[in-house]
Order: sequence, then structure tokens, then C-alpha cells
Amino acid sequence: MSRIDVRKTYKLYIGGQFPRSESGRSYVVNDAKGRLIANAAQASRKDARDAVVAARAAFGGWSGKTAYNRAQVVYRIAEVLEGRREQLEAELRAAEGISAAKARTYVDAAIDRLVWYAGWADKITQVVGNANPVAGPFFNLSTPEPSGVIAVVAPRGALLGLVSVVAPLIVTGNTVVVIASQDNPLTAITLGEVMATSDLPGGVVNVLTGSQAEIAPWLASHMDVNGLDLTGVEDAEVARELEVAAADNLKRVRRPAPDTDWLLEPGLDRMTRFMETKTVWHPIGV
Amino acid sequence: MSNIFEYAPAPESRAVVDIKPSYGLFINGEFVDGHGTSFKTVNPATEEVLAEVAEANDADVDEAVKAARRAYTRVWSRMSGAERAKYLYRIARIIQERGRELAVLESIDNGKPIKESRDVDIPVVAAHFFYYAGWADKLEHSGYGSTPLGVAGQVIPWNFPLLMLAWKIAPALACGNTVVLKPAETTPLTALLFAEICQQADLPPGVVNIVTGAGDTGRAIVSHPDVDKVAFTGSTEVGKAIARAVAGTEKKVTLELGGKAANIVFDDAPLDQAIEGIVNGIFFNQGHVCCAGSRLLVQESVADEVMERLKRRMATLRVGDPLDKNTDVGAINSAEQLAKIRELSDIGEAEGAERWSTPCELPTNGYWFAPTVFTGVSQAHRIAREEIFGPVLSVLTFRTPSEAVEKANNTPFGLSAGVWTDKGSRILSMANRLRAGVVWANTFNKFDPTSPFGGYKESGYGREGGRHGLEAYLKGADS
Repeated sequence: MSRIDVRKTYKLYIGGQFPRSESGRSYVVNDAKGRLIANAAQASRKDARDAVVAARAAFGGWSGKTAYNRAQVVYRIAEVLEGRREQLEAELRAAEGISAAKARTYVDAAIDRLVWYAGWADKITQVVGNANPVAGPFFNLSTPEPSGVIAVVAPRGALLGLVSVVAPLIVTGNTVVVIASQDNPLTAITLGEVMATSDLPGGVVNVLTGSQAEIAPWLASHMDVNGLDLTGVEDAEVARELEVAAADNLKRVRRPAPDTDWLLEPGLDRMTRFMETKTVWHPIGV
Repeated sequence: MSNIFEYAPAPESRAVVDIKPSYGLFINGEFVDGHGTSFKTVNPATEEVLAEVAEANDADVDEAVKAARRAYTRVWSRMSGAERAKYLYRIARIIQERGRELAVLESIDNGKPIKESRDVDIPVVAAHFFYYAGWADKLEHSGYGSTPLGVAGQVIPWNFPLLMLAWKIAPALACGNTVVLKPAETTPLTALLFAEICQQADLPPGVVNIVTGAGDTGRAIVSHPDVDKVAFTGSTEVGKAIARAVAGTEKKVTLELGGKAANIVFDDAPLDQAIEGIVNGIFFNQGHVCCAGSRLLVQESVADEVMERLKRRMATLRVGDPLDKNTDVGAINSAEQLAKIRELSDIGEAEGAERWSTPCELPTNGYWFAPTVFTGVSQAHRIAREEIFGPVLSVLTFRTPSEAVEKANNTPFGLSAGVWTDKGSRILSMANRLRAGVVWANTFNKFDPTSPFGGYKESGYGREGGRHGLEAYLKGADS
């Protein structure tokens, strides 16, 4: 008799744990050929709020780590991802119906993207911060700091797209609540497993699966969220409504870019959009 | 003698290192026999011969430069920054993995306390590679362009053997250059172990070449016509000779040379911290530190109190076996250096300064010098003007901030300075007026891969570390 395989339950990733949705709901995720892969957890408003609480709780510790330390943790994610590349390639092929070569390209690019961003942790300050030559006897220095808790609507690229929006946020010290691609949510949970075993403290990245239309408004209007990245929102009117909701506490908003070619090297703006510039003055004198 | 500062021996095991009886040169990814003679490297704490090491002659250096040029042209300069980064990250990780082995070997070959090689040198080495790995694929954001220079010839000193190697090799490779590096003749072993690490990392052959030897080997590297860039850390005398040797060539040069740093203590300084900073400033690494706080400038009103506390603190320094985890001050690196420290100290006494050394027992074998402080030092004394490069502190006093600045700047050097005061505005005004490349306020001897380091005046030119450290290995934004 042939062996019956053990199937994985895909759950949410909140505060370093993998809970089911508190709502008890799930939804069917099919592969590219329409066959069932798994039932994914369908996150609720309360799950989103729990994720924000976890992200806020993690913010002090994560943003307070040295940049060198954050760099090493993000680099560690790349190392662990490299070790699980076959699993991720298989998942991408099943979910997106792409060729083996294409799947490898995306996994390669996702790992390299993590390495690229890891190196920015202790360099972004030296590129966008500076001493200011004010006209007076003052020491005056501007440095970037993370904005806080950032909610992200992930784009469709199940792995590379997700890594490309999350890595720039965490490497600078923000913590994240990300709503995975609705159609391809499973790779996001696998990535959560990679992060959970990469010395990334629980709560720094929280992954919700389910309906973006249902969850995003609650995050957009949440008063303890500091930034909103709408990269994956495909409907312009939905994006406008989310941006309006975000204005209640003046969240920093990044507007949709669902058609981004994630294979291109990014600029610095995914980091700088969710950073604050702090300027310190101090008198110089005897 | 029984007092509360008596400690049971706590030796770190030597079993983690494997020293071979002899070493060749590391050229084109392999260890090869040199064509020259050889020399011995000894453990300065015991005078035990550790290994026989090849002395590279002109032909060996030429082979190394050729290997570096080939690797530059065919592999390294063509590789994307992202791929170069991966090699450097690998090296950083292997250094972390083999950290204890490197630390023990460094302490055996150099004489520095294991506490320091384990907690400072080696972790900073790994961090340096990790940091510059991250620059390799971001050079277009550096402000210095992204075009490498070619083959870099690098000559480093014996005081921080592996750390100085990291400061040289990491930015050079990140920017796309290949290197020929010569470690100091008294401390070649960690550089040779680093060569093995390059092999473990599968670094393409010829990207890093390590040639051992003394002054002649160094001169051969510096004057080799196919070397595009010279980087040197060491004495001001040799630095000037290098500047003369490259005059009229296309070679780009950076020099990190001697120092005679002023460590300035004001009367409102937090004295407990200041005493620790003074001790760290001059006795860290046996005072074999180019940026050591070797001139203590203390405000007259607190001079007596500072001296009393300083001597009390110095008396608790444990001098001895570098591999003992409780050792604060290890062995002087060589007989030659010990002779130099003794000579200058004797001159200090002869010129009228008052000498006090800690009453510690020194081992009978090896090279040792008790932590020493001179009071009543004037600016004319040689111990106030010349770099001693040993655990010897010269104390001068001042009354006003301006007097402190004047005395601090009254030196041909300008590498570093320290300021101790509770008043922030005073720290910043002192920092503005001190002609030194690094100013430490209420701390001393701090190093970080992100922080540029280097001197003014005769302490050399160029900076190592941070974004600024890339400039030395790139053609510049307009090239």
C-alpha cells in the first residue's frame, strides 16, 4: 500500500505563533489547474486587531536593536530561505502554474532581495541622514527612524512580491501586519515559518490570510497603525477609500503599485517612505 | 600576598588552534613555497617559537600581484556586486563560526589578552566584513561612484593583526578590487588562517593574496608597478617613505599612521567613568594602539584627585598570561618594541618626569612592561611628543579650555582625542577645535564598522570604516 502523505494546515502568523482565525472561518485555495491545495484561514477584524497588538508590542524591542543586529536577522531569513528553496519552488509552481525555471528565478530573487535589504539596515542612515551646517553655534544632526507599525496589502507575487514589500519595512525597524495575496496566500504562511525560525522576534512580521477587501479597511482606520502600504490594492476606488480612512491619524500611505516588476532592483523609497527624520540640536560653546 | 583582587588562573584552552610548523605564501588561492628565506614567529608571552613563515621576495610579490591582476580582470571586477557581497557575507559568517579559534590564535601570536581578542578584535572583524558585504551591491548609493581601482597592495601592523586585515580587505573587495596583503612579521598567523577561511568560502583564486615578510616585502608591494592602490597602517616614518615612493605614479594611497592623542579631563567630568576611560585609553592592548590616549591632560583643580584614583585603579590591573580570561594587560608584542618602550621611559625619567609603575609581578619569560604613568611632564619632554606605543601614560595639566586645546593640538599627529566633561556644549566646542580625526567624548577607544576612522596631519590620510571608507577603493563619482 502506498504511503498517505501528511498535509499541512495553513494558519495565520501572529505574534510568532500560528493560530487559526478566531472566527473559525477558512477558504478554499486551489492550484493553477483548479485543484484543491488547502483550506486557508480566513482572518477577521479581530485577527487584524490582534496582529496590530502583536506588532506594537514587538516594535520597541525590534526598533531598539542595533542596526547590525537587525541586518544579521534579515540575512538569517535569507539563509533559512535558501535551505527551503525546493519547498518554495514547488509551492510557487503549484499555486501560480509557472515553470520550474521561473519558480527558481523568483526564489533566487527573493533570497537576493533579502540579502540586499539586510545590508541596508546599517547604511540607510549614512545615505539619507546627515549633519546640517546651521548658521549658528549648534551641532545639528538628522537621522531616520522607523515610523512604527505598518499595515501592508501584499501584491500578487506570492513570494518575491511579499518579500519585496516586507523586507524594507523590517530592516529599518518597523513592525508589520501584512495581508497576504488573497489568491496565493499559502506561500506567505510558509514564509512566516521561515521567519519564525530565523531569530526574527515574534510580532515583527504578522501575516493574515483571507479577504483583503474585508480586512484592509480595519487596518486602514486602526488608530495604532502608523503607516499603510497599499501596494497590492488593484481597485483604484478601494485604494482611495483606504487612503481616506488612513487620514484619521495621518498614516503614512504608499499608493498602489500592483503591476510592479519585482525582478527589478528597487530604490530606497520602500524604506524611506516609512521612516521619520529626527533632527537633534545641541549648543556648542564653553 | 592575599587580597580581594587575587584570582585563580582561568586559562582559555589552546586546543582549539592548530599551528603548523611552517607556512608558505597564499597566492592565487593556494599555499605555495616562497623563493626567499623564512623567519620565525614567536609567542611574546613565552618566547616560544610558534612557526616558521616564508619571507616573500620580489619574485613572490610579483607572482601575487599577477594573480591579483588576473583575478581582477577575469573574475572579480566582472562579477555583480550582489555576488561579491555573498562571498563577503560567507567570510563574515565563517569568522563568526571560527571566532574562538581566531581569538586564541591572535592572543598567542600577538600577546593581547584573550578577553580582548575574544570580545573586541574578532567580533569587530566579523562585523566589518558583514558591513562592507552590504555595500558591495549598493555602491551607486555611496556618493563615490562604483568603479574599482584594480589591485590593492596592503601592508598592516602587528597591534590588531586580524582587525587591520579586515579594515583593509573588506572594503577593497566590496568595491571590486583584488588585494595583495602583507601582515606584520611578528603576527602573521591569523592572516594565514584567514587565507584558509577564504578557501572555505570558495573565494575565487587570486582575489586575496597573503604574502608574509618584513620591510623588504612591504617595499616590494608598495613599489610594484602593477599595484593601483596602496593602503598602509603603521608608523609615520614608514608612511612618509611610502608617500615618497609613490610620488609621481598613478597610485592612490591611504595612510593610517601614528598618534599622540590627548585625553582631556575637565573638573566637571564624571570621574569614575573618566578613570576607566583613561585606563582603557592607554592600557587597552598594552598601549599598542595608534589612537591611544597617551597624553592625559587633566584640569589642575582635579589633578591630585584624578592621579590618586588613577593609581589606585591601575594597581588592580592584572598583567600576565594573555590566555588567562582575567588578564587585563598582556605581553609586549616583541623584544624590539619592549626595548623602544624602555628606552623612551628611561628618557622620560632622565628629562625630569616622575615615573610610577604598578607593583605587579611580571613573568620571567616573554616581553613585559608594567603599566606606567609619568607626572610632571612638560610639552618639551620626548615622552609627551613621541609615540611610545606601549602602556605608558604622560600626564600634563591645564587651567582653561583654550589651554587644553592648545596643548592637545601641539603635536604633529592628529589621529584621536578624548574629552571628559558633563557639559555637552563644551564637548562639542572642544570637538570643533581639536585637530584630530576621531574625538571620543566621555568614552574612548570605540570602534565600529560604520564609523570612519583616520587622522589629521602626520597621522595619515584617508578614512577607514563607514560610507567614507569606500572612497579609498573607488575611482570617484565622476569617473
